[in-house]
Amino acid sequence: MKTFKIGGVHPEPNKLTADRKIETLALPQQAVFPLSQHIGAPAVPCVQKGDVVRVGTRIAEPGGFMSAAIHSSVSGKVAKIDTVVDASGLRKPAIFIDVEGDEWEPEIDRSDKLVLQTHKTREEILECIKNAGIVGMGGACFPTHVKLCPPKECTIDTLIINAVECEPFLTADHRLILECPDQIIIGIKIILKALGVDRAVIGIEANKPDAIELMRSKTAMVSGIEVVPLMMKYPQGGEKQLIEAVTGRQVPPPPALPANVGCVVQNVGTVYAIYEAVMKNKPLIERVVTVTGKSVKNPCNLKVRMGTPVSQLIEYAGGMPEDTGKLVSGGPMMGRPLLDETAPVVKGTSGVLMIPENEAARHEERNCIRCTKCVQACPMGLEPYLLASASKAGDWECAEENWIMNCIECGCCQSTCPSRRPLLDWVRLAKNRVGGIIRARNAKN
Amino acid sequence: MSFILTAVLVLGSIGLVLGLVLYAVSRRFKVEEDPRVGQILELLPAANCGGCGFPGCAAFAEACVKQDSMDGLKCSACKREVMQKVAAIAGHEIELGTEQVAVVRCSGSCANRASLRRYDGAQSCAIANMMNGGETDCFYGCLGCGDCVSVCTFDAIKMDPETGLPVVDQEKCTACGKCAKACPRNVIELRNRNKMDRRVYVSCVNKDKGPVAKKACDVSCIGCGKCVKACAFEAITLENNLAYIDPEKCRLCRKCVDECPQHSILAVNFPPKREEAAVEEPAVEAQAPVNSVEQQSAE
Amino acid sequence: MAQKLIISTSPHIHCGDTIERNMKWVIWALMPALMASIYVFGVGALIVTATSVLSCIFFEWFITRFILKRPSTIGDLSAVITGLLLAFNLPSNLPLYMIVVGALVAIGIGKMAFGGLGNNPFNPALVGRVFLLISFPAKMTSWPVPAGLTASYIDAQTGATPLNLIGQIAGGNTAAADQLPGLGDLFMGNTGGCIGEVSALMLLIGLVVLLCSKVITWHIPVSILATVTVLTGTMWLINPVLYVNPLYHLLSGGLMLGAIFMATDYVTSPMTFKGMIWYGIGIGFLTVVIRCFGSYPEGMSFAILIMNAVTPLINNWCKPKRFGESQK
Repeated sequence: MKTFKIGGVHPEPNKLTADRKIETLALPQQAVFPLSQHIGAPAVPCVQKGDVVRVGTRIAEPGGFMSAAIHSSVSGKVAKIDTVVDASGLRKPAIFIDVEGDEWEPEIDRSDKLVLQTHKTREEILECIKNAGIVGMGGACFPTHVKLCPPKECTIDTLIINAVECEPFLTADHRLILECPDQIIIGIKIILKALGVDRAVIGIEANKPDAIELMRSKTAMVSGIEVVPLMMKYPQGGEKQLIEAVTGRQVPPPPALPANVGCVVQNVGTVYAIYEAVMKNKPLIERVVTVTGKSVKNPCNLKVRMGTPVSQLIEYAGGMPEDTGKLVSGGPMMGRPLLDETAPVVKGTSGVLMIPENEAARHEERNCIRCTKCVQACPMGLEPYLLASASKAGDWECAEENWIMNCIECGCCQSTCPSRRPLLDWVRLAKNRVGGIIRARNAKN
Repeated sequence: MSFILTAVLVLGSIGLVLGLVLYAVSRRFKVEEDPRVGQILELLPAANCGGCGFPGCAAFAEACVKQDSMDGLKCSACKREVMQKVAAIAGHEIELGTEQVAVVRCSGSCANRASLRRYDGAQSCAIANMMNGGETDCFYGCLGCGDCVSVCTFDAIKMDPETGLPVVDQEKCTACGKCAKACPRNVIELRNRNKMDRRVYVSCVNKDKGPVAKKACDVSCIGCGKCVKACAFEAITLENNLAYIDPEKCRLCRKCVDECPQHSILAVNFPPKREEAAVEEPAVEAQAPVNSVEQQSAE
Repeated sequence: MAQKLIISTSPHIHCGDTIERNMKWVIWALMPALMASIYVFGVGALIVTATSVLSCIFFEWFITRFILKRPSTIGDLSAVITGLLLAFNLPSNLPLYMIVVGALVAIGIGKMAFGGLGNNPFNPALVGRVFLLISFPAKMTSWPVPAGLTASYIDAQTGATPLNLIGQIAGGNTAAADQLPGLGDLFMGNTGGCIGEVSALMLLIGLVVLLCSKVITWHIPVSILATVTVLTGTMWLINPVLYVNPLYHLLSGGLMLGAIFMATDYVTSPMTFKGMIWYGIGIGFLTVVIRCFGSYPEGMSFAILIMNAVTPLINNWCKPKRFGESQK
């Protein structure tokens, strides 16, 4: 079975919600939309206090080329433009909307009817995706219309659909494939048209045999789309690892992109959103979120309107367990810790995970015993022990020489270290400093 | 006997020849060094703290001699008289600025600022600051991981385990600036010592709106502006919900200290006010309830 | 909710591994060899091992608590392993005071002087062993013959080990070839030598234990044994009279013990697979050179110590294959 060659770890999958059908969560009383839900410049509000909005009304314009629009997922009145502590752990400007009723913008097609064809041209499709405010929904939140417009010097030959979901606990993508396979296939066709490419590969991890089976049967009659089962290994869902497993090509270190090796990767949730945007005129206003954890009473997969406070999802799942040590937005390996329950669901919230204290609390850090487990685990072929030491000593030159900018912050190293050293904490610091040095150097030249 | 003689002669001549070779080489490859560099180096504290901006005292000494004036050359680690001597040796005029000291502008101790969350990651303020707002609802104040402590070469700043805040020992502090640079939130500032090391400053760097700041910390600056109005010397400015006292303009009258409803302004190294002399005050200055972090170190 | 939420960043889970888990598996892996040596050498093996382990634990506890004034580190079990490995490199009739001195040097100089676990450049057990070899050459180079469970400790009868004989054969004494034990005896451990090195079978069981518990990888043991096989095999093919069959080299002396347990010490071995292979080749090469052309019968200890010194250089030169390197 295909997989990536270097490193990787095997955390317990804990897919507690793999068999739970997606349920629709009730509307919140107040929806909060942080202006920075994507990579790039924050969006700029185009509403003000007191404005009446409907579901699908644009409330913020893209703040630049690398940015995305934000649409209201509820109908009601804009309460204020204030700050909220989101998954980044910092206070960020956000639009607060008090919810009244559930009135939608008239052009949105709310029916369940499957729309098979579109007459839109490539440019119109991209424009539609841009206007819908779609960003990568696997967690990275890269503006999709920018990703689907790769640099002119890159020739794309393969579209890869990321249905791997290698993070433990998360099952949002899995359920989406099982429950909306047809929409996903159509979405893939739309993207193929947008890219001008005729080959798409859907990568699914081997722990989802039902999804593999279903997709295989759906794509049997479709030329150009194939399903590739992948070995269960973290971080198989990482863009670079996925590309290597499926095509055998390795993306060179930054500033190179997957486009440089002829590939574009899209998360399956993003594909679904693209279908809705192009075929149903529906902007990105809701997403599937897995609410889970070992002590959670009612772990589930919920279809949630953007802006719903996480507290509402936790309440639906039976409330926060007594022994919760960490509240995480995303999965346990790369998710962001939430400071409290008031954080809203944003475009990149793939899961809400409550980890028990005895599992989440870090042990005391000890001396590096040079066991090489971090080196063996690193999927990017780096030496985490060395990068962490260099970072601690402030030796940014050594960190840069040892390819620190190639680190994808997957967490494999820190999760295997027997001495419980906070390797990734130090590596992140060094990446920040080295990144600054590189930018300053490029600006000078 | 002849053995001994031979041995002495042979080894002696080897030693002599090698000595001559070393002498010749040392003359041939001699590096001309200005003797003033060595003289200046003797005077410098040899702490190699980097506060001057040069990589070590030797580099600073060289720069003093090479440059035409003492512009931009200041060793905060040595006393004023020493700097005057250094300037004299180098043959330059020197204008001595005011002596300064590192000031920790945060009184958000465990008692004043409720800790709502736990951070158990790498013990580094730089890292903790990058990751999120912190354990309290004040996202601007001291994180307590001690980057300032680990960077000080004069042993002048220590973490107080009870308050969770760093404490500057003003006797040892040379205002080299390393702690101020190390603090990712710019909580530490170099301020003028003034006569008898007295200083008045706003012990807060919180830029949140008043209600948010007040909820987060009992002694935060809420940006009400009362101090600005009270100052007769226009030394206080209010920007981004935070008051700032300009050390150059401040005349140490302490009117602002009384005006501040949050007791956020601290006055350090002042004698107790006359009205309070009758009352038994345990070496605490001004009406600051628990902000006596600085005062305790000064006593 | 009972406690405050933790806000440190990802990863939020851990595979559960600890230093102690790895040490425990090493101790388990050493047990078969210990059982075999007690069976072969009697109570002497047990006495030497117990003394070595207890001395190492004591010295580490004493040094950390009273000289370095830090919390004691004996809980991480690395002192136990140093004690076991030091004992495995000693003859079973070594006097007690020598064992204690060896333990002091191994822990005090080999490990604690550099800052404790993780900071030592040389394998502590080997530092202790080589110190004893140089300080007490007579006692350290006379090995008891296999005499079974009832053998005495101090008064054990000594005799030539297979490596002594191999050395004599290489020196031209072909009569020694008749005294060489059979390969079967060498494999099972029915032969003279240091406590831990005699039974190749038990050591290989230990290797399997270490590999299955993911404590070590195959790279170092395989590269050492392969290098020794290739070099001694070449020499044997060139001159079968002077140089014995490579199997004799593999099964005699401290090669198995060194390749599986001593060279694979985490702290002193390289950090990348490429580096480990070169490290193993270096050890194999030096062992063969010292065994066949040097004046000591056994070269493993010196070979490992020399390659320990080269490890930082290997770490600098042998970088792992980075993702995207070939396409850069």
